[in-house]
Amino acid sequence: MLELKAGERHRITFTLDGAEVRGFAEPRMLLSDFLRHELGRTEVHVACEHGVCGTCTVLLDDKPARSCLTFAVQASGRRVETVRSLSPADGKLSDLQESFRRRHALQCGYCTPGILVSSEAFLRHNVGPSEQDVREMLSGHLCRCTGYVGMVDAILETAKMRASSTPT
Amino acid sequence: MKPKSFNYLRPDDLQEALQALQQLRDDARIMAGGLSLVPMMNFRLLETKYVIDISGLASMAYIREAPTEVEIGAAATQAELLAWPNLAKSLPLLSQAMPHVGHFQTRSRGTVCGSIAHSDPSSELPLCLATLGGSVVLQSARATRVLVAEEFQIGMLATARQPDEMVTAVRFPVRKLGTGYAFAEMAQRHGDFAICAVAAVVSKTAMRLGVGGVAEKPTVCDWPALADGEIDDALNDFAWELGGSDDIHANAGYRRDLVRTLGRRVIEEAQKCLN
Repeated sequence: MLELKAGERHRITFTLDGAEVRGFAEPRMLLSDFLRHELGRTEVHVACEHGVCGTCTVLLDDKPARSCLTFAVQASGRRVETVRSLSPADGKLSDLQESFRRRHALQCGYCTPGILVSSEAFLRHNVGPSEQDVREMLSGHLCRCTGYVGMVDAILETAKMRASSTPT
Repeated sequence: MKPKSFNYLRPDDLQEALQALQQLRDDARIMAGGLSLVPMMNFRLLETKYVIDISGLASMAYIREAPTEVEIGAAATQAELLAWPNLAKSLPLLSQAMPHVGHFQTRSRGTVCGSIAHSDPSSELPLCLATLGGSVVLQSARATRVLVAEEFQIGMLATARQPDEMVTAVRFPVRKLGTGYAFAEMAQRHGDFAICAVAAVVSKTAMRLGVGGVAEKPTVCDWPALADGEIDDALNDFAWELGGSDDIHANAGYRRDLVRTLGRRVIEEAQKCLN
């Protein structure tokens, strides 16, 4: 049984956006704080810190996870992806990100990284989602600027483009 | 919004988890998905010296169907149940309720057993378990016992679990022939905790309605098959029996009104799908 002592910083290693990262964390340290404060990965935004707003969503072994409800030590040995993993290269946007820009799916942009991450996870498992499906998925996020209409359009547009570019 | 310091334990199997729990008792908390536990720790509503993380126990992440019931292990996520191919056929009530349990982003880690162990009066899974007359398997290093839902959940966030026991599985009775099932809820946002949630199980000779979010725990009422003109009065009596209180989301009167209107709606819905 793995036992990690309270108040002590423990070595953790995991794969972040395809590269191995290392650091030290107390058991109480949230994954969101580890990513931001220890690794400087400020693309992970933090808002409510109790799992309601979805801003801090990352992928943990391909599944969406609230990083504010995950302890950094839980990520040890696993794969974590942030919004950075979406873009094909520095300065380039993914098709989903392009659609968000085209459809004005963000205003202040604070909630956007989490929404992009979970939308990408959603699209990987849902080919041809309905508007209702997309709205239900977005119910796991809070955006106080947009009213979500642009996001719904952008996600549906991306789903359509991917479906038409995939040979059947 | 950060938890207080704690020791983190990650057992390699169930026996290790139960031994740790036997030793640490009230000083330890079992964590599966952490979707209920960690917010409470972040809020400092709950402090614990030890967290026992069972999320990695693959042998506990099962959904097993027997002729009369479906057993779901402690590490099985809500997303796994929602994606289970037999869900609509074997557990029609859960098939309707699961999309209301949290969100796509939380069901991926939140567990079925965790939600029931947490026993929030307004969450959907404890309501379904109570309405279907399901049961909870409690295991400790010394014994295993099975409690029906009504014996297990004794109040708001309160269960009959002993300090050395862990909820290792829950059991939902499978659909019965000649029975209709329906679920509905009112929440501020799809996937949020219900202001009021209702679940109906109806046959030609009996009606049952379970209500969550109004009383201290999910509450079930049984009637013989009521005539159409008797349903509203029966629901009204039940709504007053439940009590309910005012909070930031709704007052007790509104909650009673939801019992009357949503209750009627799910009873009618369940009658329509009598099979």
